[in-house]
Amino acid sequence: MDLQTLIYLVVGATFVLYFVLAIVARAGSTSEFYVAGKGINPVLNGMATAADWMSAASFISMAGLIAFNGYSASAYLMGWTGGYVLLAMLLAPYLRKFGKFTVPEFIGDRFYSKGARVIAVIALLVISLTYVIGQMKGVGVAFSRFLETSVEVGLFAGMGIVFVYAVLGGMKGITYTQIAQYVIMIFAYTVPAIFISLQLTGHFLPQLGTGAELTDGSNQYLLQKLDMVLVDLGFAEYTATPDLMNTFLLTLALMIGTAGLPHVLVRFFTVPRVRDARKSAGWTLLFIAILYTTAPAVGAMAMWNTLKTVQNTDEIGAPDGNLLYAERPEWMKTWELTGLLQFEDKNGDGRIQYYNDGNEDFAAMAEEEFGWNGNELTVDRDIMVLANPEIANLPNWVIALIAAGGIAAALSTAAGLLLAISSAISHDLLKGVFTPNISEKNELMAGRISMTVAIVVAGYLGLNPPGFAAQVVALAFGLAASSLFPALMMGIFSKRMNKQGAIAGMLAGLSITLLYIFWYKGWFFIPDTNMLPDNADNWLFGINPTSFGAIGAAVNFIVAILVAKMTAPPPHEIQELVEEVRVPRAS
Amino acid sequence: MEQTSNRADYWRANLRVLFGCLAVWFLVSYVFGILLVDTLNQISLGGYPLGFWFAQQGSIFTFVVLIFFYAWRMNAIDKKFGVAED
Repeated sequence: MDLQTLIYLVVGATFVLYFVLAIVARAGSTSEFYVAGKGINPVLNGMATAADWMSAASFISMAGLIAFNGYSASAYLMGWTGGYVLLAMLLAPYLRKFGKFTVPEFIGDRFYSKGARVIAVIALLVISLTYVIGQMKGVGVAFSRFLETSVEVGLFAGMGIVFVYAVLGGMKGITYTQIAQYVIMIFAYTVPAIFISLQLTGHFLPQLGTGAELTDGSNQYLLQKLDMVLVDLGFAEYTATPDLMNTFLLTLALMIGTAGLPHVLVRFFTVPRVRDARKSAGWTLLFIAILYTTAPAVGAMAMWNTLKTVQNTDEIGAPDGNLLYAERPEWMKTWELTGLLQFEDKNGDGRIQYYNDGNEDFAAMAEEEFGWNGNELTVDRDIMVLANPEIANLPNWVIALIAAGGIAAALSTAAGLLLAISSAISHDLLKGVFTPNISEKNELMAGRISMTVAIVVAGYLGLNPPGFAAQVVALAFGLAASSLFPALMMGIFSKRMNKQGAIAGMLAGLSITLLYIFWYKGWFFIPDTNMLPDNADNWLFGINPTSFGAIGAAVNFIVAILVAKMTAPPPHEIQELVEEVRVPRAS
Repeated sequence: MEQTSNRADYWRANLRVLFGCLAVWFLVSYVFGILLVDTLNQISLGGYPLGFWFAQQGSIFTFVVLIFFYAWRMNAIDKKFGVAED
């Protein structure tokens, strides 16, 4: 069977599976639509949450990010996992005990204020919409790359599939499809990694292979060799540790932001008991950790494979040291067609030179001594995952599996985000603020309608991305860190925190974070409207706008505490509510 | 009155476990993985420089263990104070 047919078959089979699950697990009540009737097993919820959390970016782009940044990418690895420690210990069990449907609902009740609830809804909508644009784009790209359709067709197909199972199934349908998507995703990610690890180091576990000796007879460690070859080509060492302050702040911002993401938090509303919420957070992180500890191995090994393919002797600059373009391997030809891999023979010698021509001293030396006229190979970071099966000569069904895995990663995250958006509209805005007397049946209908609208809006934005798709990470995590997380945490851990403090804190955190990001990235990300160039010389105290969420969160905490001190304490029944939320069962 | 003091004790016991866990959380990521990374990189764990290992592997493993430990300790504390769910 040829590869394309096989991919259609495997991907098609996964879609049939999602539809069947959606029909079996369709939602019949608002409780099932918002929180799956609070009946999800904690281990299964862990899988669903892991799929909810790991997006197209985690699946396709993260290994490449690590491959090209080495140690500096650690902020993403620690930030996107360490956030679950905060979530498990500071928020999830208490929000589950509170026992209602949405994150803004807790903020509204705890701070006895519809205003606070509306601010939380606005923060949720901005965070989730910016995040979902990337997912819709991811669905389109995954489809077009693997199924040879245009990005538009892929995006419409993705919208159609999400429409069927999310609108019909609500949280219940989404949960069961996410469990299936996790299994597909993790299998697709780990199988090629295991084979590559076996080929390079003889170790079955990629996590061990990365720290092992290469089996090429050199008796050298993979990371040691990688450091050496990168330095020889004018790059920084793979394990080099520049700018530790921003690594620290970025890790903190990503951790706090992760813990404050509403579409992740709401997954912990779906388990039966408080102790299930605690345990489920552990399972979630275990399932995430399987992919997140494999990703650094994929990154390092794919980088090594790329360098070794192009640079075939240890001596840099030897006349026959670089790969002849005419003799390049099959996988390079395949990926050249997609534009993810580009070669330009700048010095006309028919060989491929890959080195850091941004390093002026090295570039000048290479030009003089080797006759190199600039770096000739451009490698897109996504290749590090997508081309893996071909680099490792794995059978076609593994390539088909990667296709299904990439699509599963994008769909599962998109569905979770769309549910968070639609419940904020139907439950928080309609039921909570504008039409409190709405019947359950009508609220369920409103939920389905707002989900449909959200899918259309997300699809439109995916097709016409507003130019800031790449900045989404900074924005979504910065806002989650600076607005929702502090309000939720103080709502649980401080009985004294009142309405005035929480609202002032959220507004201060949100506005200073937005201001700082816009100052360097442009107002609403419109190009050329930034007030100062976005580089380290201009940043306030050298703080990268991407890392600013940590500062925004600190501002939120400080402002909230000061304002609460100057205003009246919350009413007695609110203090009782906090007492209630803190214990699993009244004694 | 007895109920109030019991709840306060329960909350203090919770906070103690919490602070312990967060101290380890901070140590493995921010201290070992970032602040002391250059120092720890002088030590090797197989082919991994130790600081690099904490930043890309060790901290993540520790986080997983920490959450399960927290869940286990809290269940025991729930039982001790008679506030465990059925």
